[in-house]
Amino acid sequence: MQVDFSYTLWIPLTLFASFLVVGLFGKQLKPMLSGAIATLTILLGMVLSYTAAYQYFLGSGLVDGKYQTYIPYDMEWLQFFDTLVIKMGVLIDPISIMMLVVVTTVSAMVHIYSFGYMKGEDGFERFFAFLSLFSFSMIGLVIATNIFQMYIFWELVGVSSFLLIGFYYKKPSAVSASKKAFIVTRFADFGFLVGILVLSYYTKTFDFQELMNPENAAIGNMVGISFMGMSVLSWALLLIFMGGAGKSAMFPLHIWLPDAMEGPTPVSALIHAATMVVAGVYLVARLFGLYVLHAPDALAIVAGVGAFTSLFAALIAVTQTDIKRVLAFSTMSQIGYMMLALGVSGYGGEEGLGFTASMFHLFTHAMFKALLFLGAGAVIHAVHSNDMGDMGGLRKYLPITHITFLIAALAISGIPPFAGFFSKDEILAAAFASNQLYFWTEWAVAGLTAFYMFRLYFNIFWGNDRDYEHKPHEAPFSMSFALIFLAIMTSIVGFIPFSNYVSPDLIPYMAHFHWNIAIPSVAIGIVGIVIAAILYLKPKSTADKIANAMPSLYKLSLRKFYIDEIYFWVTHTIIFNAISQPIAWFDKKVVDGSMDGMAWVTNKVSDKTKNLQSGQLQQYAFVMIAGVVGLALFVLYYLK
Amino acid sequence: MIEGIGVTDFLVVSTIMFFVGMYGFIVRKNLITILMSVELVLNSVNINFVAFNKYLYPDLLQGYMISLFVIGIAAAEAAVAIAIILNVYRKLQGIDVEHINTMKH
Repeated sequence: MQVDFSYTLWIPLTLFASFLVVGLFGKQLKPMLSGAIATLTILLGMVLSYTAAYQYFLGSGLVDGKYQTYIPYDMEWLQFFDTLVIKMGVLIDPISIMMLVVVTTVSAMVHIYSFGYMKGEDGFERFFAFLSLFSFSMIGLVIATNIFQMYIFWELVGVSSFLLIGFYYKKPSAVSASKKAFIVTRFADFGFLVGILVLSYYTKTFDFQELMNPENAAIGNMVGISFMGMSVLSWALLLIFMGGAGKSAMFPLHIWLPDAMEGPTPVSALIHAATMVVAGVYLVARLFGLYVLHAPDALAIVAGVGAFTSLFAALIAVTQTDIKRVLAFSTMSQIGYMMLALGVSGYGGEEGLGFTASMFHLFTHAMFKALLFLGAGAVIHAVHSNDMGDMGGLRKYLPITHITFLIAALAISGIPPFAGFFSKDEILAAAFASNQLYFWTEWAVAGLTAFYMFRLYFNIFWGNDRDYEHKPHEAPFSMSFALIFLAIMTSIVGFIPFSNYVSPDLIPYMAHFHWNIAIPSVAIGIVGIVIAAILYLKPKSTADKIANAMPSLYKLSLRKFYIDEIYFWVTHTIIFNAISQPIAWFDKKVVDGSMDGMAWVTNKVSDKTKNLQSGQLQQYAFVMIAGVVGLALFVLYYLK
Repeated sequence: MIEGIGVTDFLVVSTIMFFVGMYGFIVRKNLITILMSVELVLNSVNINFVAFNKYLYPDLLQGYMISLFVIGIAAAEAAVAIAIILNVYRKLQGIDVEHINTMKH
């Protein structure tokens, strides 16, 4: 039975309309009304997404044992000439439907939560307008039918992220964080654009389906052309991955993400934890057929970057004291997991477990990480500080936040039956099947994750009471509602049999449960939690002693491995001195110099010749007569 | 015909007058003198007209007529020029041609 999915087009369209209405007329409307418009729009989007998911997965999606790709809507948007047409459309397949569900769910919860969190803030309606813009862009990205449409929306989410990080634009740190985020991701997007151009130069198409078509001869050609030791296709895909790495904060393009926590906490939950930062993973997943079948070398690099980032970020997260930064590094680490899972995945059947696991983890991570951020937001709302040192014993004051935060922390630590356990288990199984080194790395990272998460949890909710200026109070209903909803999601989504729905070749399969993986991974998670409990449950100085025992290591982690300083050194010392200054000199002396020289010559010439125009009548007469006489002599003696 | 005087003699006189006038026009600084020099140039031309008419086409009158025109126009020009000079004098308290350069700017 064919179902018409064209109603999905209304999701981005209504969101865009909401952005326009709230953005343009927000000042005239009551703040609550603007918020309500944006929230109702995203709730409508959520309903439509769930409908689409229901119809697709439980209805018309599966035809002859294979999930179909539908394009209910595709229009020519820009036609430059016959062979270069940019289209805009809606593409429906398992991963785009899944992303629609993720984006609309988290976004709707964040909208509701923001009613409580942003109450009374300056720019309440501006905030909701930006949220609408972001949701619109993210959905446009997810349903893109071609890589150029994806790129356009990719930049749009970048802009919305920039606007929302810099929401408190009167705070210098927020402004510089927003600039940093924009510049770093923009730099990465440059690679993405070059990758798109290389890819489309050879294949003459932007369209995902044509790119993925196994009979596409151009792809074979690209594999055949080699450039500096790799095929052109691998280069193109690596450049595209560079864009993905920038958005997904993969090492070494991750430096913007911790700073992006300057934005309001709901924004961190929506953009910098659940949706936008996984766009890179989605991008690789979208082009997965190309990576896995034609460019395994590029895919190996994806895996390596993912594995390294997950370990690296987890090590940093252990020592951070700003609770949002811990969560930011944790996000990086978890996205590293997803990248690794894609990197080790094969194509068909059980081989494709990594792909499934990556998408599964993306799904579950969106739920529990958004929950963690929103929980952290509730804590910050209650104690007006981001620093762990200012918190303690909050479980008595914030019971709902406490329970939901605990659920999310258990989920991210991979403790059954919460969502993170299932997806992480699949990732570890996929890594185990491919490369032992990756498996043991990720296994260790799972332990670190549990440790830093429960360090956070115990520091916030247990330990000593502090002298709070105001007695901390439980969040208002709108915030609690979002927390509870996401906590329920976190508890149940793990039971979705993801491999029945999402696989690289669109053919569902049964993923087996891996006891040999699950038991050690749960064990290391519990070990991490126990260590955290020993160190932080009761206020003791053991943790400080350990930190003091290895000061250099502690410092290295606390200062985030000095990556920011390295960037600073590279940009200021090398780029400014070695590149920018010579170019500036060239500009000043040669480019400007030649222009100034022309002006100088003109000036001098006019200085010398201006005496001809003296205003002296007799001088003119003399010149005229001399001319006439000269002409007469010329005619008489020369032309005779 | 005037005995003993040929057309060349007239032309010599008129040439001398012309260049005297030209010299005066270029060299003198007083506007009145310059005007007088212009009159000299015009009259040298008149002499040429009359001489050529007399020696080349004694039966015709065009040359005389044109020199009468020139005299008339010179009179008109002198009237206008002197009016201008008077106004210049009022405005600039002088008629030295070197100081009359306000139009340059």
